[in-house]
Amino acid sequence: MTETTPTRGIDWASPETSSRLKARRRRQNRLKYAGMVSIGIAFLMLGILLVSIISSGYSAFVQTHVEIDVFFDPEAIDVDDLPRSNFNAVLAATMQAQFPEVEGTAELRRLTGILSDGARWTIRDLIVENPDLVGETVAVSVPVADTYDQLYKGFIDRETPEQFRRLDDAQIAYFDRLVEEGRVEATFNWALFFNADSRFPELAGLKGAIIGSFYALATCFVLSFPVGIGAAIYLEEFAPRNRFSDLIEVNINNLAAVPSVVFGLLALAVFLGWFGMPRSSPFVGGMTLALMTLPTIIIATRAALKAVPPSIREAALGVGASRHQVVFQHVLPLAMPGILTGTIIGLAQALGETAPLLLIGMNAFITSAPATPFDSSTALPTQIFIWADSPERGFVSRTSAAIMVLLGFLVMMNAVAIYLRNRFQRTW
Amino acid sequence: MNDMKLAEKAVRMSEAKISARDVNVFYGDTHAIKDVSVDIADRTVTAFIGPSGCGKSTFLRCLNRMNDTIDIARVEGEIRIDGQDIYDPSIDPVQLRAKVGMVFQKPNPFPKSIYDNVAYGPKIHGLARSKADLDEIVERALRRGALWEEAKDRLHQPGTGLSGGQQQRLCIARAVATEPEVLLMDEPCSALDPIATAQVEELIDDLRKNYSVVIVTHSMQQAARVSQKTAFFHLGNLVEFGETGQIFTNPKDRRTESYITGRIG
Repeated sequence: MTETTPTRGIDWASPETSSRLKARRRRQNRLKYAGMVSIGIAFLMLGILLVSIISSGYSAFVQTHVEIDVFFDPEAIDVDDLPRSNFNAVLAATMQAQFPEVEGTAELRRLTGILSDGARWTIRDLIVENPDLVGETVAVSVPVADTYDQLYKGFIDRETPEQFRRLDDAQIAYFDRLVEEGRVEATFNWALFFNADSRFPELAGLKGAIIGSFYALATCFVLSFPVGIGAAIYLEEFAPRNRFSDLIEVNINNLAAVPSVVFGLLALAVFLGWFGMPRSSPFVGGMTLALMTLPTIIIATRAALKAVPPSIREAALGVGASRHQVVFQHVLPLAMPGILTGTIIGLAQALGETAPLLLIGMNAFITSAPATPFDSSTALPTQIFIWADSPERGFVSRTSAAIMVLLGFLVMMNAVAIYLRNRFQRTW
Repeated sequence: MNDMKLAEKAVRMSEAKISARDVNVFYGDTHAIKDVSVDIADRTVTAFIGPSGCGKSTFLRCLNRMNDTIDIARVEGEIRIDGQDIYDPSIDPVQLRAKVGMVFQKPNPFPKSIYDNVAYGPKIHGLARSKADLDEIVERALRRGALWEEAKDRLHQPGTGLSGGQQQRLCIARAVATEPEVLLMDEPCSALDPIATAQVEELIDDLRKNYSVVIVTHSMQQAARVSQKTAFFHLGNLVEFGETGQIFTNPKDRRTESYITGRIG
């Protein structure tokens, strides 16, 4: 009935065919090896990055402390007038008692320099906690100054000629005597997490930066999550498809690609300039980051809404659900894992963002953690920026340590994203 | 004999559940349905057959205004259910869809429990006054969907865990839970195996006692098995509409004959 087309004889065993087959296999293998090589390079780079950060940063997680027997001299300390109390004299007397042979104010000051500048605040805090200590002698562990910390960790080479060394022979001798007496020990550096920033590396910590980043991210989330989801739902489910909605879509996609420093300039002009909001505050930082995160959340939410199978919408419409019931009772719950994943990835991006925060002044030197989102503060990336800029040797390792802390938070957020995706994922 | 049939037909016509007049559907510039007029009787299974793309599903979706959800679709003409124009501005499509239930090609239970699947429609339309009332509605719907015996011990397990045939019967139960008057089925058996198909067909025959059932099918054997009336669509036209027996044994139009005998389609 149907016309038969004559077949062309093809010789599958001919030399041309087999050489073509070989060439094809070669191309396939080339592609495979190129892929393996690029994955290998990526892992190598990641490895180098991690090794360099960890090798330069691990020492910041340990801080050298020295134990000194402090005599809380009633003559130097006035419990009722602590600001005028002379804690430096107390420390000097303590060190004098330790090294009776040292003479002269200048030499004694050099000796007291072994102790961190924060030692006087440590003993002041003890007095505040317990005023009865006045007149007593108590063994107190205080951090040593950064240079001695470096010496104890082996970063200062004793073989270097004295004039090129940061500590002279006498200073090293004092310190070695303390070591011999078993007064020096390196302990975990809790100050890195529980202190705010400081000029002195041995006292500097990330508390202010972590709290600042937390406030900024919380502000960012509170602003961008509902607005982003709302915008995405409207655009995806309710907006008419026309030129205007196409224009909006193109612009949202473009916004996601705008360099972050531009958002910083915008925030500087609008939030700080026009509205006069508090400079350097995590609240303004969070608003700026929200501007950046919004397009990411909108795009991720729209993709998640699109991925919900149309059969579910039809099923809901078919039993007489209204459009908003379809969206809020069926589509949105099914899209939630995708939305949450996109949001967390957007927030992780915001956590690491530096440029916009620099422009609104979150790189200020602030020695106390913010009590509210409206106080001046730094954030983790800007703290890294500040420390990377500081000349003291102790800040080099602290910069890397701060990077590790930031990476730790990022890994945690991504882990949460993966967990949420797996936890709420549904199959049809 | 012939006269008797005509008389019977006249009576049936007057009690048409759905009557469509000069319905035209456009998807953008595509003219998908051309001047279709048809009367669908109550307590009858009406089959829509025709080759792919002939418009039978499109027409079916006009009957519960599912085409409203497609932006570029435009429906002209008049469709009345019980004399009420369903495209009248005073008609709420949401309520219409509760009255005109629909079952789709692919079983599409919600990713919720069997109970919640069936209870969803009654809940959003406020049909149950109490929990016990809702339980009763769910049981009745599942019994009508011929799923009660299999599902009664696992009501709170996910509907997606059922087999394909059971899922489709769950979808039918879900559709009848809102007590519709018309049940539209868009190729309900195309994703099912022969045994599940036989069960669903048996169920369709059973549903005829209470509802006016309209079924779109690709399988002519299925149309012949389950329907009393058959409409043949071709290229957007309703070519022929009549008693199923007559369409299959003595088609009046040459195109119908060609399709039935397998020459087009």
